[in-house]
Amino acid sequence: MSIKDVLSPFTAWKHLFHDPVSIKNPIGREAAPRYRGFHQNDIEKCIGCGTCETICQNGAIDMVPVSDARQGDSGLRPRIDYGRCCWCALCVDVCMTKSLNMSNIYTWVDGDGDAFRFIPGVDKKPWDDAALGYRRPDDHQLTGPTRLREHMPEMEPEDRIDSFAEIVAGYDIEHAKLEADRCVSCGLCVATCPTHMAIPQYIKAIRDGDYDLGVQLLYETNPFSSICGRVCTRKCESTCAARHEGDPIAIRWLKRHIMDQVSDDQIKRVLGKPAAPTGKKIAIVGAGPAGLTAAFDLAKKGHQVVVYEALDKPGGMTRFGIPEYRLPYDVIDRDVDIIRSVGVDIRCNVRIGKDITLEQLKADYDAVLIALGLQDGRGTRIPGSDQPMVRKAVDLLHRVTAGEDIGTPRQAVVIGGGNVAMDIARTLARLQKQQYGEVKVTLTALEDLPHFLADADEIKESGEEGVVILDSRGPQQVVIENGQVAGLKTWKVKAIFDAQGRFAPSYDESDEQFHPGMMVVEAIGQMADTSLLGAALTEQLAWQRGRLQVDAGGRTSEPWLWSAGDMVRGPDVVSAVADGHRVAASIHAAITQGVQQ
Amino acid sequence: MFDMFPPDRTQYPATKPDGTLDIDLSSGKYLKLWQGPNHPGITGNMSVELTVCGDEVVEGKTHVGYLHRGFEKLMERRSFIQVFPIVCRVCVPEPDFNEYCYAACVEELAGIEVPEMAQWIRAMILEMGRINSYMMYLGGQAGALGQGVIGQWTTYVRDLMLDRFEELTGARIYHMFILPGGVRDTLPDGFAGRMEETLREIEKTLKDVYDVMFCNAVFKKRTVGMGVIDPAWLDEYGITGPNARAAGVAKDVRKDAPYLVYDRLDFEPVTGSDSDIYTRADVRRRDVWVSVDLIRQMLAKIPASGKVMAPLPNVLHWQIPRGETYVRGECSRGEYGYYLVTDGSGYPRRINVRGPSYTHAMALLERMIVGCNISDVAALMVSLHTYPPEIER
Repeated sequence: MSIKDVLSPFTAWKHLFHDPVSIKNPIGREAAPRYRGFHQNDIEKCIGCGTCETICQNGAIDMVPVSDARQGDSGLRPRIDYGRCCWCALCVDVCMTKSLNMSNIYTWVDGDGDAFRFIPGVDKKPWDDAALGYRRPDDHQLTGPTRLREHMPEMEPEDRIDSFAEIVAGYDIEHAKLEADRCVSCGLCVATCPTHMAIPQYIKAIRDGDYDLGVQLLYETNPFSSICGRVCTRKCESTCAARHEGDPIAIRWLKRHIMDQVSDDQIKRVLGKPAAPTGKKIAIVGAGPAGLTAAFDLAKKGHQVVVYEALDKPGGMTRFGIPEYRLPYDVIDRDVDIIRSVGVDIRCNVRIGKDITLEQLKADYDAVLIALGLQDGRGTRIPGSDQPMVRKAVDLLHRVTAGEDIGTPRQAVVIGGGNVAMDIARTLARLQKQQYGEVKVTLTALEDLPHFLADADEIKESGEEGVVILDSRGPQQVVIENGQVAGLKTWKVKAIFDAQGRFAPSYDESDEQFHPGMMVVEAIGQMADTSLLGAALTEQLAWQRGRLQVDAGGRTSEPWLWSAGDMVRGPDVVSAVADGHRVAASIHAAITQGVQQ
Repeated sequence: MFDMFPPDRTQYPATKPDGTLDIDLSSGKYLKLWQGPNHPGITGNMSVELTVCGDEVVEGKTHVGYLHRGFEKLMERRSFIQVFPIVCRVCVPEPDFNEYCYAACVEELAGIEVPEMAQWIRAMILEMGRINSYMMYLGGQAGALGQGVIGQWTTYVRDLMLDRFEELTGARIYHMFILPGGVRDTLPDGFAGRMEETLREIEKTLKDVYDVMFCNAVFKKRTVGMGVIDPAWLDEYGITGPNARAAGVAKDVRKDAPYLVYDRLDFEPVTGSDSDIYTRADVRRRDVWVSVDLIRQMLAKIPASGKVMAPLPNVLHWQIPRGETYVRGECSRGEYGYYLVTDGSGYPRRINVRGPSYTHAMALLERMIVGCNISDVAALMVSLHTYPPEIER
């Protein structure tokens, strides 16, 4: 100790005349630009997926309804309880749309304790428009290392055009797990799926490698999972939360992956035995997705189900409308076999109205379901379309499946921009390649390319296979030379709908094109052939805009008759499956509660 | 001349055969006195049950349990990412070691390689936190002996460092910035310049602190030769950090088992020799200079650009393979470590936090407090630099 130790402390006095810190840095200064302050939510961008709620370790976030649910939007928005929030910003980090952010505002005084539980963006706050605050940095992502879909191995265009072999190989376990890992389990897909498949749950089953559970979940809602795993219109993927920052989860391929991984015996074991026989009998006309789904459900409940199919094989439009390269026939056989295994009796080559009458079915069974599908093609009715070489796409596809020679032309023109148009164009391309060694198919559609009804993959693959796709072309005339079809004349489409939104295409007549081809194929829509109903019953039944009128359960105005599938819902496999379930539930309720006379 | 209150050994109670003291409270010789849990002379939420004879402590029992939040158990019920916001709360004044140790445990078991830039930022954050922790300590140590002004100065520069934390991490106290895989963001524009200003202010304050606190007859009188830790106790009590270094043992995890970027930095652990309160305070004061220098070195060497996060699997269902690991770092109080056991599920099977305060504030204090004058208890406790939140978790 020295004299310095006595004097030195007095140097503190040099601060005597300094302003206090609180004057130099008064309260109220702005927080740092990335400060994690009060939450902001762009409720227009927010889809209510609830990942913020899932990750919040404090349970501070509740998803509460603020508007009606729409496709891809649950209608829920996060409500945050500032009594629980710890401002960790994990909710911001996992937000799939980047709608949830934090402002750099940090003071809020309110005498009402409940005020601190609020819905950002809905309950207006002074910091709603604050420009600064924590935003998720661009490369900071917690919902998986990639925003891109796992690559699906496929045949190259030059290989696949040579045959009808299936193009898509399917995921192996490793890639399926990686793809499944991207899912945030928000469930927006479940709401969108017509048959409400338990998508997040079966994706979790893939992650966990629990294929028994996976297949059980699939069969709870969809006995056509092998088929839907290949050709589903997958509305689910259009609402997937992951699509907001990248590719949607490959839900369709993951469904297929589960089915690829399990054996038939495994599926049958998981499905278990049907319920004890009830003694009730149900006839189903049409062995397509709707009819067979209803059959599956009803058979599992113990009813005796007989399915009548006019064609020689079951599957309906999935077999006779979809080309083999998209949906191999053995895949259809597999799904149908499983349905048979629960006791469904499928009788092919029985045409109702010819071999058996509907009246007989009415007499012999407790309920009758007709699920005929849309097997007739619509025509354009343009001049020249009555020529024999102007064909309907569904008819041609049917003949190809049946192994018939369709008289493949060297050059063909397809009218239509939907999946059926793509199917027939690509089928013709393959047949041309086999017969002539070159592809000469032109596809003309009313819609412009961004508004094509066909799947984007289909359009891309068609182009790769040599199909020439022309958009905004309206068919005007099938040109006949020497009594033979020479091609199609089209005009440029100015607008498809009129001011009232009605279908009324207008054309630019100066922009006329001629597309040569020895065959013109119309693929502009399908309709049902309901002739089997007979004149009297057709008269008796209630109709709505050309379709049978049914109630929510698929029951027609005749209490013994139900109808389901494409013929009432429009063409879509998974919607037909959903309809099958609905109508099965309705039939079951009716015949077990004695409502049926 | 330093022994203002020479211990009177004759008044010590006898030791019974089982090693406990024979304290007969009814004799009137002894008084039970609680220091804490609410007491200005206690470090945080704990208490010491003192038995005094006159003004001399004959026995001290430490009591914890006032701050038990059950974090380790809470963590077992949360997914790996959900643990991240909790860990910082284990230790309030220096939360970043929790974030780092937890993140490093997870990364090791999940096989994640942290990007270079994130490692530099992590190390810098840890040094920033160390400075703040020492600043709090210096104020506390002086305050325990009645010198309030030091706390005012150190709180001011600590606040400046909190400003740097705020602009870097987005928060002042619980930064929640070091998460498994890396750090949240890069350095903001102009950060190095503002950090340099802050470091200069810290240096200026440190000089003032040295003049007023360390070159101070009263402070020396009360601390030199007081509360000596015998170097032989180090292994016996698991003493680490400045408490060990002041006893002449250069224990420093940054040197002994370099983590992050410490093997690429030039520094020597600060040591002392007298192992008393004054030496421990001085070791910490000089350690701030080391940290200031380390931050300067880091700012000069930190990569200009690069990724700050490794690709993570989807954290919403992140499962980590079965395994166990212990990751440690040198915090301002000594060795801070996290022990993580995983069982292949989406949740930690067990997390144990090893805080240096556990040994320092309980067993060691109970030994050192005997013979201490009650007016020195606060200074002795503070000199061990303990944070009850990390004792209890």
